[in-house]
Amino acid sequence: MIVEANTVKFDSIKLDSGATLAPVEIAYESYGRLNAAKSNAILVLHAFSGDAHAAGISHDGGKPGWWDNMIGPGKAFDTNKYFVFCTNVLGGCRGTTGPSSINPVTAAPYAMSFPVITIGDMVRLQRMLVDHFGIPKLLAVAGGSMGGMQALEWAVSYPDRVVTSLPIASTVRHSAQQIAFNEVGRQAIMADPDWNGGNYYDSKPPARGLAVARMVGHITYMSDDSMREKFGRRLRDKEEFGFGFDVDFEVESYLRYRGSQFVNRFDANSYLYITKAMDYFDLAAGDRPLAAVLGAASARFLVISFSSDWLYPSYQSQEIVRALRSMNRDVAYVELEANYGHDSFLVDVAEQANLVRGFLASTFERVA
Amino acid sequence: MTAETSKKHEALVQELLGRSDYTIIGEIIEPGSKVLDLGCGEGELLAWLATNKRVDARGVEISGSKVARAIARGVSVYQSDIDQGLADYPDQAFDYVILSQTLQETRHPQQVLREMVRVGRRMIVAFPNFGHWRTRLSMLVSGRAPRTKLFPYAWYDSPNIHFLTVQDFEELSAMEGWVVERRYFLSGKRKVRWMANLLTEVAVFQVRGK
Repeated sequence: MIVEANTVKFDSIKLDSGATLAPVEIAYESYGRLNAAKSNAILVLHAFSGDAHAAGISHDGGKPGWWDNMIGPGKAFDTNKYFVFCTNVLGGCRGTTGPSSINPVTAAPYAMSFPVITIGDMVRLQRMLVDHFGIPKLLAVAGGSMGGMQALEWAVSYPDRVVTSLPIASTVRHSAQQIAFNEVGRQAIMADPDWNGGNYYDSKPPARGLAVARMVGHITYMSDDSMREKFGRRLRDKEEFGFGFDVDFEVESYLRYRGSQFVNRFDANSYLYITKAMDYFDLAAGDRPLAAVLGAASARFLVISFSSDWLYPSYQSQEIVRALRSMNRDVAYVELEANYGHDSFLVDVAEQANLVRGFLASTFERVA
Repeated sequence: MTAETSKKHEALVQELLGRSDYTIIGEIIEPGSKVLDLGCGEGELLAWLATNKRVDARGVEISGSKVARAIARGVSVYQSDIDQGLADYPDQAFDYVILSQTLQETRHPQQVLREMVRVGRRMIVAFPNFGHWRTRLSMLVSGRAPRTKLFPYAWYDSPNIHFLTVQDFEELSAMEGWVVERRYFLSGKRKVRWMANLLTEVAVFQVRGK
């Protein structure tokens, strides 16, 4: 399945901060066919560093999508049955308007003049696309991590537009620890002299800072177990320590490689904006308690967490479940045994796939 | 439902679920009601009730792999332990709360039953009767913790931590002021007509609060 991203342009979007962004573009990929009743649409929502390329093989880079093991013919999100689409988030750097986009007023990249965006803004832009498609109600909104935040936001902001919501390895708000890791990433970028106050688009990007930020991120996505299994204390291409500060350990080599690769595909300013949006996200930020906020949702929920995920620990998922239960909402929840830490929802998907497949099928039967 | 179709129905459920207490529960539950099954395993009963009685089915189960299989078959089950799993629910959230053959495994059975009465209009409790003559005989003759068809475990690896009899349950209900609306006493697939405390293998009670 060779796939290609499309882009839709809207005149403007009003943001939570009060600012207006005009115009605004949203990039998306889609798989499968929308049925005549438009009742089989599933919006898949990417995590922090993902993009619209969720499935299939990209026509330019030849790369599989980030959830290709979950989306496709006969897979959990079965494209023989469902119309599945995924957008790049607002503030991103993969086709949707973000800080690296050209500001039509100045004819230069927005850089740090880009308005601060929220998870709510991302979802509002997605809703504009859903309206553009003429889809009255999404069969499912589904995603892991930051994708799960959007799935929650969808369910409470547009309750009549969502049949089911699947927040996976996610939370209703970032903890101090999660904010702290994001802040380390942001500081690494901003401490790089090449960042230059965000104005680097016509010179060198802050590659070192962005790579360090990504290295920290990768550590938080894995688990002690999975790192021990994958790297242990193995040395990289050597039998003895080098007694210097070049790469000695396999894990150092891996992190450096991942860091340097990331620089090629991700914009440092997008890193700042999107992590900020995640840190600001709080489903129950106002006066209403979480249960009242989630009680406004009418969707059926499937909440999944992973035993070894210490970045988005199970207690955060259980908080969602408890609030929904206290409002007597329809919610299924399981903590899956998986060794890969937060990354489990991307890599260890066999059981997750069975859950999602059955959950979607039983819901689709009811609405179809 | 005529006696004939009722019999067929019972046979079908029996075949489907293979457990006599499920048959009774299938009979009791009114169509279209809201049902919570505690310790629902892989959601077999709930899936059957959802399909055949169009109930709004929810379940609680502690084993992650069982929860996963229940969700995969389309039932809304959440992973939790029963002793704590009910606290979040508002009062009278369900028409029926089912506890099938799990009461003897809970840490605080009285607390669990009180919670069931709080969150449900009715509770259906099925449990193996420790007062069955075979259990009594096993202990009397062997002088050891009884091991029978119903209680097959050695004392050191048994999940059963609170043993109770039909009589015990009746007394607790009276003490708590609960109303026993129906009682079914089963021995294998047969209904027990007399000396329930001695002859019943599995008892099913339908109970409501004051």
